Amino acid sequence: MSLRPDQIGWLLATATITLIPHFGHLPPLLAGIAAVLVGWRALIATGGRRLPHRHVLSALAVGIIIAVLAEYRHFFGKDPGVALLAGLLGLKLLETRQIRDGRSVVLLSIFLLLTQYLYQQDMAIAALSLLGAHGAVASLLALQSRVSASPRTRALEAGRLLVQALPLMLVLFILFPRVQGPLWGLPADAFNRVGGLSDTMAPGDLARLGESSAIAFRVDFQGEPPPAAERYWRGPVLTRFDGHTWRAGLLQLADQPSYQPQGAAYSYAITLEPHNQLWLLALDFPAVTAGTRISNDFQLLAREPVQGRRRIELVSYPHTPVGRDETQLVLRQALDLPPRANPRSVELGRQLRARAASPAHIPDLAIEHFRRSGLRYTLEPLPLGRDDVDSFLFDTRQGFCEHFSAAFVVVMRAAGVPARVVTGYQGGEINPVDGTLVVRQSDAHAWAEVWLAGRGWVRVDPTAASAPQRIENGLAAALPDSARLPLLVRADLAWLHGLRDRLDALNNRWNQWVLGYNPARQRALLSGLGFGDPDWQTIAALLAGGCAIVMGALTLWALRQRSPADAIDRSWRRFCRQLASVGLPRNSWEGPLDYARRLARERPDLAGTINAIAADYASLRYGPGEADPDRLKRFHQSTRNFRPR
Amino acid sequence: MPIHIARRLIDSASRIILGKDHALRLALACVLARGHLLIEDIPGVGKTTLAHVLARLLGLQFQRIQFTSDMLPADIVGVSIYDQRDGAFRFHPGPVFAQLVLADEINRATPKAQSALLEAMEERQISAEGQTWPLPQPFFVIATQNPTEQIGTFPLPESQLDRFLMRLSLGYPDRAAERALLAGEDRRDLIAHLPAELAPGELDALFAAARAIHAGPRLLDYIQALLAESREGAAFSLGMSPRAGLGLLAAARAWALLAGRDHVLPEDVQAVLPAVAGHRLRAADDAPQPPEALARRLIEAVPLP
Repeated sequence: MSLRPDQIGWLLATATITLIPHFGHLPPLLAGIAAVLVGWRALIATGGRRLPHRHVLSALAVGIIIAVLAEYRHFFGKDPGVALLAGLLGLKLLETRQIRDGRSVVLLSIFLLLTQYLYQQDMAIAALSLLGAHGAVASLLALQSRVSASPRTRALEAGRLLVQALPLMLVLFILFPRVQGPLWGLPADAFNRVGGLSDTMAPGDLARLGESSAIAFRVDFQGEPPPAAERYWRGPVLTRFDGHTWRAGLLQLADQPSYQPQGAAYSYAITLEPHNQLWLLALDFPAVTAGTRISNDFQLLAREPVQGRRRIELVSYPHTPVGRDETQLVLRQALDLPPRANPRSVELGRQLRARAASPAHIPDLAIEHFRRSGLRYTLEPLPLGRDDVDSFLFDTRQGFCEHFSAAFVVVMRAAGVPARVVTGYQGGEINPVDGTLVVRQSDAHAWAEVWLAGRGWVRVDPTAASAPQRIENGLAAALPDSARLPLLVRADLAWLHGLRDRLDALNNRWNQWVLGYNPARQRALLSGLGFGDPDWQTIAALLAGGCAIVMGALTLWALRQRSPADAIDRSWRRFCRQLASVGLPRNSWEGPLDYARRLARERPDLAGTINAIAADYASLRYGPGEADPDRLKRFHQSTRNFRPR
Repeated sequence: MPIHIARRLIDSASRIILGKDHALRLALACVLARGHLLIEDIPGVGKTTLAHVLARLLGLQFQRIQFTSDMLPADIVGVSIYDQRDGAFRFHPGPVFAQLVLADEINRATPKAQSALLEAMEERQISAEGQTWPLPQPFFVIATQNPTEQIGTFPLPESQLDRFLMRLSLGYPDRAAERALLAGEDRRDLIAHLPAELAPGELDALFAAARAIHAGPRLLDYIQALLAESREGAAFSLGMSPRAGLGLLAAARAWALLAGRDHVLPEDVQAVLPAVAGHRLRAADDAPQPPEALARRLIEAVPLP
């Protein structure tokens, strides 16, 4: 049986909705091929032309394979696989003649819908794939039905089915066993697009991040959040310096920190966007929680790279003194300077040391010097000379936070004060809609830490000296012209901000409740529901039970829909069953009077009763107006009492 | 009471047309449903007699048109002739201007002549010389067709067949009826002496009564299921049109009226289905089948809702 226009229409719509999100990442050549193939099929459907010949399709298939090979050089992994499938979907549409072909198109579309989640899992994709699923269901309905229906009718029908599937979806979502981390066995290319901080720092690195409004993480504080100037989120600590690039020192990892947390505390939950790195971001100085470790330079680290959005509950104690008895090894590293690099800065350090009454005053003197030398804070610093720090401090005098912190640390080391660069994020914006602190990549920051005898490691932010606005009010406030800033970070677009805040609050909820629903949260929810600490057998049993309950409820509901309180039919069916049990079943098409006539011939002894019951049923069922109550009662009674032998 | 009138009509008719109660009832139902009737049978089984009897009993003005191969549309609808006294053309109505028209052996005429009649059936008026003349009310056509003669005939195509509410065939009488026929009086004399059973206005009352027969939602469900099966079922390559569906319901109502009920039962639909659907359905395997077998296939494929 060949396909009707409405069936082809639904298939085309489904394929289109399926392909649209993929166009974002498909190479232009393959996206174009898929679009052309679908468009071609639509032209054939509307213009009544013939489908292409088998040889043409074979040639096209070879073409698609060559295009995939040309783009990726192989077939393995996610990207070539998806590209191949997208091309084949268009190709399959071009050979879709029969209902069976239509079903293949729907299956292929559903598979491609699922692959969208390998790239993105945000709400827009979820909405689009829901739309695609709706199209797929409507297509299946159209394929199944032997008559065409208007698109509206079909869409409503499919929508009803999806709504009926909703409880089942919820049960599966809540109870399906979760695995930690992203999908197992996902190819390595799944995470190569993740941006953010890195474990090295060279001039210009953070300024590049300043142009990105992508969200780095979100924080929900229990109680008041710390003031803006105190929001330093510690990331990689960089100790080794080769004259141009800063790198991490030797890390020793421990399950417990070397410090004793004390003083006031902030409790918060941080939801980290995936960055495919080990470090987590925390306010100074966190207590270690499950699944995390801490390094000897006080970085909080995960046990495996953060490849999926991750939520961690943390408590930080900002006033904890740390590293009072730091090891000589670490201190020696924190004093190391590459020989012959940045001679003018080294000289400045020596001068400061000579002027200072004690080592503890040196940082203040340096900050004072920075302030007086008129350093300018900018996203677009001039190119630096051979010695980065020297040319920043004495020639160009403009830089971003990495310039400030690097210069400060170099001067400190030259002055004999152990110092290191700390990178991370500073600030963040409270979303007025849901009170979440949102920290973006543009909040990336670098500051310094100096070690003072008796006090341990102390944070110093040289950027704050020259651009206090940056610390108090964020990047946009600190930069004189915001032209290069991302649209969403600029200060002057208030309405856009409102919109963004609202959208972001929604996104956050989505991340927290949908994407962030991990094994820990599942366990917490289930034990909150009174299932203790459920093992996988319990979860499996719950899952099976939940599905059974939902299916049962839906089935019951459907059965009720079919016979709305139809006592007349029930009595009649009972009557027919009774007769069937004595070998006189009613044919499915047989009307009541015909049936009675036939029965009367076969069983003249029952003819009277049977005729009366059949006549009552015919009149009650098909007669005009409301059923006569007496007749109804008589009918029910006589069917109940009817026991043929 | 319409029911008594209907019963009286059947009694009177069955005294002349012997042993054909079912066909007679169907023909009467067809008339009460205000549909045209096609009788397809070999000559001499009483097609013309049936038409005569119906006209007589219902008190309708009767015309018979014998269709031939040289017939022109004007021979049916009438012709305009120049009147010398008036100095103008005057329309002379043809034989179609009657309440009950017997179109005898309609398949002998050319499609052109056939379509003149079929248009009249559909429009219930005649257009000629740029003017329209309404046909008398009520207006029925009973057409007969001889299925065995093939040479030099033009059998009605499906599109034309759809305009007939029912197609019947009478068939040979059974032994007893045949004997009674042989032993009895001349049928023509009987018809001549047949009194009109209906008083003026009683036919209209019967029409109204048929239309008022109740068809509940369940019954409409059933009819729709039948229509759907005829259109989509694997057994049929040509299904029933919406006009056929309306006709089926109207015929079932008339049948229920003749059975003395105020509501339609599935049995009524099943009873009229062979006559209403037989000439509209075509089996998927295209093997020629008697209409009863086709209808049976349809009925047994659709369970009662």
